[in-house]
Amino acid sequence: MNIKHFHKAASLDDAYERVNKSRHHAIIAGGAWMKFSSRELEEVIDLSDLGLDAIEETKNEVIIGSMTTLHAIETSEILQALFNGILPEAAAQIVGVGLRNVLTIGGSIIGKYGFSDLLGPLLCMDAQLNFHQAGKMSLEAFLDAKSSINDVLVSVHIPKQNGKGYFKKVRKTALDFAVLNIAITKTTDQFKIALGSRPARAILAMDAMAVLNGYESLDNKQIENAAKIAADATTFGDNHRASKAYRKELAYVYVRRGLFMLNKEAS
Amino acid sequence: MNVTFTLNGRLRNVNIEPGDYLVDTLRQLGLRSVRRGCDSSSCGVCTILVDNKPVPSCTTLTARMDNKTVTTVEGIPKEASLLADEFGKQGADQCGFCNPGIALSAYALKLNHPNADETMIRHFMVGHLCRCTGYVSQTTALKAYLEGKR
Amino acid sequence: MKNHHVVNHQTPSVDGKGIMMGRDAYSDDFAHSDALIIKIMRSPHAFAKIVSIDTRRAEEIPGVELILTHKDFKRNAYTRAGQGYPEPSPHDKFVLDEYVRHVGDEVCAVAAVDVKTAEKALHAINVEYEVLTPVLDFETAKDNDQRVHPEADIYEMFPIGFDPKRNLAAAYHMEIGDVEQTLRDSDVVVKESFYTTPQAHAMMEPHTVNARIDYNDRLLIYSSTQTPFHVRRILSQALEVPLRKIRVIKPRVGGGFGGKQALHGEMLCAAVTLRTGKPSKVIFTRQEVFESTYSRHPMRIDLRIGAMKDGRITAIDCYGLSNTGAYGEHALTVFMVTGSKVLPLYNKVEAVRFHGDVVYTNHTPAGAFRGYGAIQGNFALESIIDMLAEKLDIDPIELRMKNMIKEGETSKIFEVMGEGTEGTAMDMESCKLDYCLNRGLALSKWNKTYPRQMISDDKVRSVGMAIAMQGSGIPFIDMGAATIKLNDDGFYNLTVGATEIGQGSDTILVQIAAEALMTEVSNVAVYSSDTDLTPFDTGAYASSTTYVSGNAVLKAATKLREMMIEEAARVLQCDSDAITFDGITFTDDKTDSISLKDLSNKLYYNDEQKQLTATDSYVGHKSPPPFMAGFIDVEVDLCTGEFDILNYTSVVDCGTTINPMLARGQIEGGVVQGIGMATYEETHHNKKGRLITNSFLNYKIPTTKEILKLTTEFAESYEESGPYGAKSVGEIGIDTPPAALANAIYNATGVRITKLPITPEKILQGIKEKENKR
Repeated sequence: MNIKHFHKAASLDDAYERVNKSRHHAIIAGGAWMKFSSRELEEVIDLSDLGLDAIEETKNEVIIGSMTTLHAIETSEILQALFNGILPEAAAQIVGVGLRNVLTIGGSIIGKYGFSDLLGPLLCMDAQLNFHQAGKMSLEAFLDAKSSINDVLVSVHIPKQNGKGYFKKVRKTALDFAVLNIAITKTTDQFKIALGSRPARAILAMDAMAVLNGYESLDNKQIENAAKIAADATTFGDNHRASKAYRKELAYVYVRRGLFMLNKEAS
Repeated sequence: MNVTFTLNGRLRNVNIEPGDYLVDTLRQLGLRSVRRGCDSSSCGVCTILVDNKPVPSCTTLTARMDNKTVTTVEGIPKEASLLADEFGKQGADQCGFCNPGIALSAYALKLNHPNADETMIRHFMVGHLCRCTGYVSQTTALKAYLEGKR
Repeated sequence: MKNHHVVNHQTPSVDGKGIMMGRDAYSDDFAHSDALIIKIMRSPHAFAKIVSIDTRRAEEIPGVELILTHKDFKRNAYTRAGQGYPEPSPHDKFVLDEYVRHVGDEVCAVAAVDVKTAEKALHAINVEYEVLTPVLDFETAKDNDQRVHPEADIYEMFPIGFDPKRNLAAAYHMEIGDVEQTLRDSDVVVKESFYTTPQAHAMMEPHTVNARIDYNDRLLIYSSTQTPFHVRRILSQALEVPLRKIRVIKPRVGGGFGGKQALHGEMLCAAVTLRTGKPSKVIFTRQEVFESTYSRHPMRIDLRIGAMKDGRITAIDCYGLSNTGAYGEHALTVFMVTGSKVLPLYNKVEAVRFHGDVVYTNHTPAGAFRGYGAIQGNFALESIIDMLAEKLDIDPIELRMKNMIKEGETSKIFEVMGEGTEGTAMDMESCKLDYCLNRGLALSKWNKTYPRQMISDDKVRSVGMAIAMQGSGIPFIDMGAATIKLNDDGFYNLTVGATEIGQGSDTILVQIAAEALMTEVSNVAVYSSDTDLTPFDTGAYASSTTYVSGNAVLKAATKLREMMIEEAARVLQCDSDAITFDGITFTDDKTDSISLKDLSNKLYYNDEQKQLTATDSYVGHKSPPPFMAGFIDVEVDLCTGEFDILNYTSVVDCGTTINPMLARGQIEGGVVQGIGMATYEETHHNKKGRLITNSFLNYKIPTTKEILKLTTEFAESYEESGPYGAKSVGEIGIDTPPAALANAIYNATGVRITKLPITPEKILQGIKEKENKR
């Protein structure tokens, strides 16, 4: 990658204006994956001085600044309290501490990476994104949108809900991308299941969620049924990490295990 | 462009290209302990400390170092020497190419988690690949290094 | 075993501290500050002929000093393999060629004032290719219509089975007894094919070279190499520069494992400096290390093993097909080791055959790698031994105990097979394999777990094991030499051609010298290696340093001690027989004495002044094998095939360890590298032959979180021919993990994995297939 100018944004307005000036301008988040891009960049815009690296909580939500590093997420007590801390748990398994001191939640989201381990837990926690210009948008809607966005992601908002969570990353070694990641949350009235690194990016297992949320209470058979639907109704693919068939089997096993665990904790 | 940062306790003003990476800048400044292992921040060899946090210098733009504090192993000779003693006692210092980076992460671990147990040590050090030792002797040495500080 | 004051002690490495503290140590730390940067254009095609290279635009870029293409070199075939001369590898490589034979092969090179200019110039070069159909499947490479090496001017140095018309880099055949007849006469025959993978060395320091012309008008090269003397010789031959005009310095090397037992950046770097007169340097990117150096030879090994009902193994038939990729570096020798350092484990057979081919394909070449063929053979043989045990309904430990090689015994294979040549007959004067096996059973609590223990409905624990042997240098070929010099104040310099590459050879060679001179480790300053300043050594390979170079150091130190005693006798005016020396003081039988310090000062400044220096060398007349038994404990998830490695127990006979702590480091590092090959280190190519797993993002070596526990012990053993009873220890650790893991997975699940790597996906697939059969 070639960079001609480096600009430290003075304000969100400044960053927004700069990034919209040219398609050869881009915001740099952690910058770790940017290196692999073959893009010629006229200008990179750094948000480091804008104080976007805090994790705060209000009465109803937890707000994570877009420049918050994965290591800060991993060690956040505020996030630890949400859904058994599945977001810190997922962050803690992404490469090593050194790189986690660089990678940011904003970069993980904007990149819409297939391998992201954060998108699944965030989807299951109903995360909202707050853009400088466009305002609030659900993470789900953002991920589904085909067009790229030339806005500045300011923060990620997670509603505070009473619930439990489960996260599993299947991988070869501790420094590998996931073969598959599985996130499940359970609130008083509903389950959410997300499957990521399929190897395409994380999506909610809607069919399985609908079936689960239709049950009055759960027994083993119903759990197995829901896990089977999650595996059958979700699209998986092949890559050099695993075959489609193996991913499907993993989805079944770990959704089942996650649901068992959450069901057991609830009772 | 010009960037000013504190490097091993000394204020430095350097003229760089916007796309320069820290590993190259530091080597050009004569800090040859900073070595490149992989170019993709996946081996830990080029680790340095920025504001006392370990980061890979091969994917960190020097341009972002304005007003930061950068530490290489040349900046923590006492700590590196203590860790080297423990590595020596365990035979954990084979080819040594990754060791300056390990010393910096170990120092950061000591600053943040002086009471780290083995699981924590492995969790904190996992970004440092080592092809020589098999990690067990390293982990024992790191434990002793932390214990020496308590 | 004698009591030693330095040898067999846990001496910390002599160089670890300076390296930890970041002092200049590795090749690039010594590069000239104004060195031209060399960047190499790499082939995007697995096989192509270069039709034209247009460098005009690149030449005009300011800062571009030199562009080298195949037209700039006289056609002079050589081998990059750093081996003794004449090499047992085919001379099938040109510095640059009109053909590119694998993705990542060299097309041309640019030397420019900085990295950016060099990269810019590469982009400005236009290459037109005639893309050829590549040979990618090694099982159909032999006699394929497409020839990987169509050129006529390549050759073998002596018969190695080289036949490029048939895509053969080498071939080999040997048979002892009548294998077919013996198999027919056996009660039981088990047959299986095994596949191994092109493991990457993944040393942390990429291949690094820099060159300059020194003020004596000689070419000075710093190289991250395991074989500085071979580098000097091969550079001289390929570039036609007189040997006397080249000096190669090997500073600290950041890991090699065989990956630096070849020339990779040296040729182009030397050529740039010779042509421009300017200093230059090349540092391979990690992608280049993966795609453009070399890997382990992937092989298919077809085994047939026969036995009688009482458990007597009667015959082993081993056919191997080895894939050397685009060039035949180490092709024959690696292949032969697959037989020669594996099959003698079961030396009581009536007949044994080892034969096969090493084929060219359009993949990244294969070359030397710790284990050097033995790990491939061991995976096959030690897997099939467990399969045979099951078929015979005999405990696999018992089967091994009954048939394996023991102290005092021999194998005909030692005599028949060498490395590229005939072998050397030898008896196992030290072989504690039976102890290793029994001790490992106890340490790993084998009987508690074997064959498996259910932990829960989904989880099962199991154990698996394998035995292995290696060698200690190549007899009559590998030579090491050492020089020891006495300085004033009574300290010594030890200079060795042996190449410290992180394995601790400088430290253990100092220990050997210090032991012989009865002094402390700190009193011996060591330097390795420099073709001008240090005596010859073939280099760090073939598990030769402790045994071969160590013997050289012992001989040199003993010689110097005698010289010192003679001088002391002269000063004390007595017979040298009357002198006793305790490392510090020389005393005669009348209690007159002189200290080493005083003697050395006298010799420098005051009295019959002279320099005392002793050089000696050693070439082995045998290659006593180290032995090992390896045991793995795993926990397998029956629903997903995932498994955790809970412990790896190694019990090793490497003779008397010179430094038990560093020897442990060699074993544990080898075991973990073997575990990597057995499971995580998967390589993938796309359909056009491009390596997908060409970075640490995609090629996964074990991390500190995978390796939870290693239990390592050494047998008490003494090898008479070794320095202070030592054999080698550099490679033996890597051999057992693939078979041990395969056996453990079988014990856990009943699934026999015969194709490496052993992945959760393959295990689960096997479990499902078994379920479906029911």
